Amino acid sequence: MPVSFAPSSTDLLRFAPETILTIAGTLLMVLDPLFARKFPRLFGHLSILALIAAIFAAAAANSVPGVGFSNLLVVDSFGTYFRILVLSIGILTVLFSYSYLDREQAETGEYHALILFSIMGQCVMVTANDLIMIFIGLEISSIATYVLAGYLRNDKRNNEAALKYFLLGSFATGFLLYGVAIIYGLTGTTQLPAIRAALNAPGTSLMVAGVAASLMFVGLCFKVSGAPFQVWAPDVYQGAPAPVSAFMATGPKAAAFAIFLRIFLTAFDRISITWAPVVWVCALASMTIGNFAALKQTNLKRMLAYSSIAHAGYVLVALASNSEIGTAAAMFYLAAYALMNLGAFAVIVYISGKGEKHVRIEDLAGLSQRQPFTAAMMTVFLLSLIGVPLTGGFFGKFYIFRAALDSHLVWLAVLGLLNSAVAAYYYLRLLVVMYMHEPGEVTNALESPSFTLRAALVLPAIGTFFLGILPGTVLSFTQAAASFIK
Amino acid sequence: MNLLEILLAVPAAGFLVTLAMPRGQEQLVRLFTMAVSILVFVLSLGLISGYESGDKFTHNAVWIANPEIHWHVAIDGLSLWLIVLSAFLTPIAILISWNSVKKQVKEFFAFLLLLEFGLIGVFAAWDLFLFYTFWEVVLVPMYFLIGIWGHDRRIYATVKFFLYTMAGSVLMLVAIIYLYTLAGTFDYATILDLFRSGHIGLSHTEETLLFLAFFVAFAIKVPLFPLHTWLPDAHVEAPTAGSLMLASVMLKMGTYGLVRFCLPMFPNAAHENAWWINILAIIGIIYGALIAMVQPNMKKLVAYSSVSHLGFVVLGIFSFTQMGLDGAVYQMLNHGISTGALFILVGFLYERRHSLFIADFGGVATAAPWLATIFLISTLASIGLPMLNNFVGEFLILQGAAQAKFAWTAFAAIGVILSACYMLWMYQRVFFGSLVDEVKHHMPEMNLREWVCITPLIVMMVWMGIYTQTFLPVVSETNARILDQTGTAISLKSGGTQLAGGRLHAR
Repeated sequence: MPVSFAPSSTDLLRFAPETILTIAGTLLMVLDPLFARKFPRLFGHLSILALIAAIFAAAAANSVPGVGFSNLLVVDSFGTYFRILVLSIGILTVLFSYSYLDREQAETGEYHALILFSIMGQCVMVTANDLIMIFIGLEISSIATYVLAGYLRNDKRNNEAALKYFLLGSFATGFLLYGVAIIYGLTGTTQLPAIRAALNAPGTSLMVAGVAASLMFVGLCFKVSGAPFQVWAPDVYQGAPAPVSAFMATGPKAAAFAIFLRIFLTAFDRISITWAPVVWVCALASMTIGNFAALKQTNLKRMLAYSSIAHAGYVLVALASNSEIGTAAAMFYLAAYALMNLGAFAVIVYISGKGEKHVRIEDLAGLSQRQPFTAAMMTVFLLSLIGVPLTGGFFGKFYIFRAALDSHLVWLAVLGLLNSAVAAYYYLRLLVVMYMHEPGEVTNALESPSFTLRAALVLPAIGTFFLGILPGTVLSFTQAAASFIK
Repeated sequence: MNLLEILLAVPAAGFLVTLAMPRGQEQLVRLFTMAVSILVFVLSLGLISGYESGDKFTHNAVWIANPEIHWHVAIDGLSLWLIVLSAFLTPIAILISWNSVKKQVKEFFAFLLLLEFGLIGVFAAWDLFLFYTFWEVVLVPMYFLIGIWGHDRRIYATVKFFLYTMAGSVLMLVAIIYLYTLAGTFDYATILDLFRSGHIGLSHTEETLLFLAFFVAFAIKVPLFPLHTWLPDAHVEAPTAGSLMLASVMLKMGTYGLVRFCLPMFPNAAHENAWWINILAIIGIIYGALIAMVQPNMKKLVAYSSVSHLGFVVLGIFSFTQMGLDGAVYQMLNHGISTGALFILVGFLYERRHSLFIADFGGVATAAPWLATIFLISTLASIGLPMLNNFVGEFLILQGAAQAKFAWTAFAAIGVILSACYMLWMYQRVFFGSLVDEVKHHMPEMNLREWVCITPLIVMMVWMGIYTQTFLPVVSETNARILDQTGTAISLKSGGTQLAGGRLHAR
């Protein structure tokens, strides 16, 4: 029987979401010169269609779980969960990009194509079963995001953000790659299950494995903006266009956490005694640095950047607990965080105005009197970020700290929750400004949010309440998925 | 869906409907929320009449499958009256805000309904997780009530209020999750059973730390000296309805938590730590009274008097005697009525004179004799005059504390004397003396709406002072059960070895 190099139909189905996104992204680039003038909104519509199609494809792919493409790719419920998460993040990003791009007069196919490519990279990351695949996915995602960070190329801050992100990001990826090389040298393989088997076999130098793990830890910690590798995040999130900042804080971060969990809980399970304390320290440092630095910020985007560092710290707590319920908690939290953070950024997109002139906290003054609907939505997101019950943010935190206590990390749980009380202060400040200050120039001049922006506010709010009141469905899915990855 | 759940669903639904109402329909909003709150009150009377038939109001169902969190609501003698109190005061809170709230009317009344929902939930929850959920939900409407409709320093006050409570409650959350890892459930009744049957045991350190984690969260809410500093700020800056709900019901969340959770779950730690808790309570009683005496601001005076009164409640709880505990629970209700009335009356004075400072008044009794009379009744109730409600509670507490340790009673009684000093002195300066011109022109007699607000409270003061049989037997019965689980001070003296050997199994 002749050897066939064509992938089987099952493999194609497993890879369908990525295929759809690639085709759609390329199509957008081609259509750009033809329709950019006449139908500037066409690209957004097309990418939403592509993303929805990809979500269906991801669900369909989940019906044929298993490894594909010679063990390079693994479709399991863990991967599917994250695929659907990043694809949904993509939809919300596109939704609030409409009015932003319209305002900046920068509707192009290129922007949407880059978003699709970035998400495609993230989909590859979360289903990769091989360090090389992970690296490829990470690079696809990162390069697209570097460009997006500098999308408004006449804007100085955009350029600064893109350059910073690019230089530091490539540096961090270098660390990751170095770790991959050492692992390959040690075990002769880049496939995660094989690495796990090799490390579990007697006679493998765990010291060298530890060195490799620490190098990869540096690279991944940078990507999730965990301390002490968080320094880039505030500058980049502040400089990049608001929708892109929202996207960066959620999509690539969720995907990076997915591979973080997959690599460290499967391949490096054997040396967890070595890395768990390091994660412990990083988690505490991220929460503390993020929350305390956010107290002092006056710029909304910068404040949310520090808040995103703190939230990365919470997810690192889940990682430090090194257990199945920890993984499940991290998965749940990333979804809850994505919803509330995207929602909050959608409000920033709404109030910032042309050229993002209005991104100070005071610019929200009196929003509740001028635009009560938007203010109410923002309240939902802020309460969720604080972690008030009946919102997704609360349950996320609850599950994470439950996982920590389950693994006897009592101090980390206590310090983490005290941290969240500190965090309440700066989120409350926004509520104070919105509800208790008199309307200022900025809020007086606001027009009602457009239909797409409304959708970008309502959908995450519904999601936040859903995760807060009926978290059962999502949680049982994550728990099943978490037990699956080992 | 039983009556208790309907009682939770009605204000929640009312909140959502109010939010959905169109802007500008202010009168409709007022009437609607008033109707909802009166409906809730009428329904809550059903709880009293149906209380005898036991578990009729219990509903235990799984809310979230894994980790298993129950929707478990129930009432007993401890929560019954606090729920009724919440339902009783909400219509009054709506009525006193009828004309005084002028901006964002819709949100104001909606938040009052949300507050009612949270308060009833706190007292009805029998699952630790559910309890925590309601505990935090209550924070949100109060935060906005103070922050949007409060006085000049409202923002400082409301943020301080929120952060104090939040900081305390996260520790409680850690303790709740820790208990879950031990017991495998959040269901409070099950956890108590597991404790009593000895299926889960706590080491001495564990018990002390868990006790403290719960205790600090509740002590902040009570507030117990020295964690009380948020209270005067919050009270002074809050609108009248906010002060009313805060003083009358929200502070009771703390003392309720102490009785409900701290005593039965951690009896040994409660007994061991009682000495310094009681010392703090007594310091609070005397300190609160002394500070109240020198306040130039009436609202602040009443706020500090709350610190003093709540010190009595804590003392009663940690006396571990039937009388002390009965008195404490009774005093929670009494304080809700009499301090609530005082805040409302101070609110009336403020609406007339637009000042809270005692120095701006004088001779009000000449201009508005009825107002002065009602104020006097409330003042005397607050001081603890026999035949009025506070007397019963304070007497029981002092008696109970004396059974445990006489010195406590001796010091706490100073607070009773001091309360007469500061209240009467304020009354004299505000209502007697020469009639100032500004007061004369701005001091109309009470109108019909104000009469409707205040009359039920006055009736309750007298009723609760004369005929305690309506309220106390139910409370006593539940308290006896709680003391059974905790161990009394008397049995502690005789059974010291029993305590050292493990939990008390007094039956």
